[in-house]
Amino acid sequence: MKRRIRIEIVYIILIVLSICAVVLNINTGNIHISPLRIFRIIFLKQGAGSAEFNIIWKIRLPRLLTASILGGALALSGYLLQTFFRNPIAGPFVLGISSGAKMFLAVTMVFLLNYIPSMPVWAQVFTAFVGSLMAMLYVLVFANRVHSMAMLLVIGIMISYICSAVTDVCITFANDSQIANLTHWAMGSFSGSSWTTVQIAAAVVLPTALITYLCSKPIGAYQLGEGYAKSMGINIKVFRVIIIVLSSLLSACVTALAGPISFVGIAVPHITRLLLRTSKPLISIPAIFLTGMVFSMFCDLIARTIFSPSELAIGTVTAVFGAPIVIWLMVSRQKKH
Amino acid sequence: MLKPFIYTKDLSVGYHGKSLISDINIGIHKGKILTLIGPNGSGKSTILKNLIRELRPLSGAVVLDGKDVYSYSGTNFAKEVAVVLTERIQTEMMTCFDVVAMGRYPYTNYFGKLTKEDKEIVLQSLEMVHAMDIAEQDFNDLSDGQKQRVMLARAICQQPQVIVLDEPTSFLDIRHKIELLDILRKMAVRQQVTVIMSLHEIDLAYKISDYILTVNGKHQLQFGTPQQIYTQTNIRDLYELSQGTYDVTSGSVELAKVEGTPQIFVLGGCGYGVAVYRMLQRMQLPFATGILYENDIDYPVALALAAQMITASPFEPIDEMVCQQAVMQLTQAQIVIDSGCPIGTFNAAQKQLRQLATEAGKVIIDCKKQSLEEVEYVIQNSYKMFMQRKR
Repeated sequence: MKRRIRIEIVYIILIVLSICAVVLNINTGNIHISPLRIFRIIFLKQGAGSAEFNIIWKIRLPRLLTASILGGALALSGYLLQTFFRNPIAGPFVLGISSGAKMFLAVTMVFLLNYIPSMPVWAQVFTAFVGSLMAMLYVLVFANRVHSMAMLLVIGIMISYICSAVTDVCITFANDSQIANLTHWAMGSFSGSSWTTVQIAAAVVLPTALITYLCSKPIGAYQLGEGYAKSMGINIKVFRVIIIVLSSLLSACVTALAGPISFVGIAVPHITRLLLRTSKPLISIPAIFLTGMVFSMFCDLIARTIFSPSELAIGTVTAVFGAPIVIWLMVSRQKKH
Repeated sequence: MLKPFIYTKDLSVGYHGKSLISDINIGIHKGKILTLIGPNGSGKSTILKNLIRELRPLSGAVVLDGKDVYSYSGTNFAKEVAVVLTERIQTEMMTCFDVVAMGRYPYTNYFGKLTKEDKEIVLQSLEMVHAMDIAEQDFNDLSDGQKQRVMLARAICQQPQVIVLDEPTSFLDIRHKIELLDILRKMAVRQQVTVIMSLHEIDLAYKISDYILTVNGKHQLQFGTPQQIYTQTNIRDLYELSQGTYDVTSGSVELAKVEGTPQIFVLGGCGYGVAVYRMLQRMQLPFATGILYENDIDYPVALALAAQMITASPFEPIDEMVCQQAVMQLTQAQIVIDSGCPIGTFNAAQKQLRQLATEAGKVIIDCKKQSLEEVEYVIQNSYKMFMQRKR
């Protein structure tokens, strides 16, 4: 019973926090707009065409929604990878999957932009997905050969370096207009989010998250290891493919729309589990998504306000908060053994 | 004759298409226990993996309750067969209750929601392995023994007809080994659960099993009751024992015998000899012993450790011929150790032997008068002296 109360409290806190994050994000920015104006602009659609109206509707709202959806996606992707590799510090960034997506997208863009003026957003997401799947397959090939947790990460980091190197080469050979396009997400940022971004993010992430939630039962069984999962009647091959596709899709979407964002994937699932004190997927998956949303919205808030008017890369902020958590995790784990 | 509940038909197992063991034909009735014994890497796990569909047979089939195991759906098979694997699991924020509750997987609804009945069964399973007190503890914080019991509870919770366990007693201390096997035996009898497992402890395997399968890649498989399988030569061949012995009746293990011409004669019997024999083995000195009745407690140990031994048929006075042999051995020896065996009507010969030794001027060590450490010290010194004189 105590457990249940704890879970309810955590959910209430998360919901309150996400409301706070939404309000704060809309309310803060270079141009001060009074809360009353904001209320009128959003709910009564007053003052259409004014600068303030445009700031709220065309900049702050889409950016806020993109940050929240993609934050949830990153957290969930990290959770899936951690479950899959049974490795607590796995995540799309450390395993090189984000970098794979980035590389493939960069190569494709530099090549394609010679022929067409711009690449539609959905095509970018798809390209990133192909890239992340390829990186994932590489990781899988090596994961079968090494059984140590640390080795897997080293391999991931190496893959990520190789991909970054290729991306850099691409940027070197690209012309100025392409560079403007590429550097946008080479850093990782939610700036420049539009309603198109929101729509595509929602169209990819929400169904993927829903499918992940529907896989709660086998994910739970998989936590005991592959052997046991199999003995309980799970079709391991199908299950593995589903997890790979889901996690690649989530991280690809983030990479294409906002660039590589580190540490959210590792840190958020752990924070959530510590809060909930359970790893039951049925309970933790929605909570992880929510925490990812909150985490990402607050990080974005910090990124754009702390040194305003200049903006930090989102990855910088997430690293500051995420990296200490990862270090702490590794140390506390070492103590246990 | 009743058909066995689970049996194999010309089963051939191996990896990557290469056959490791073929022509496996075994059958187990409901509620019986089969144990696979054999050296490390002999293929025990491979056979078990074929039974639980972890590996595909290269040829032949495994038949469960009249149907090929591959004709079951994943879920239905999970309702029939539960496993306890050797792989050690790492959990995150899972209590023992959570781990055990995973066993309800094949029975719960799409989201895996536990009904009141499911929870009841989880608690019963924990009760069966005496793990109620740790139900709410984090699985990762448990000792190996507790973890193994919880994994068994998980398998029990699956309410299977067959439980397959791969070396369930490794990492367990003797108390937990006995506890675990006791739980299995009770389940087999009370719930008619069929148990198939592999064990390293051949002494325990003998005692718990209804059937034994010996597995050693190169040799023919042997399948039968423990009484049929456990013969001195079978066990020796199975483990390729060239040194030391395994006594099938007592289940005790003795280290390698020290060969050579015995310079020491031990007057043994009635269990008094055992400690002396083992001490001499530790000192790496060859010895002769006698006169032992073949039903004496000292007999199996002497058989394993003594370079020479003089024995007599049980329930008879000691034969004159045997006495003469003993005298011959005794005269060759330099040191005579009286282990302190009491002398009665039938073994009066022992007394004569001791007198003979005194007359012949042998070094006589009496274990009744000295502690074993003192005896060891005396032997060391006199043996040294004797060796010097010999040179």
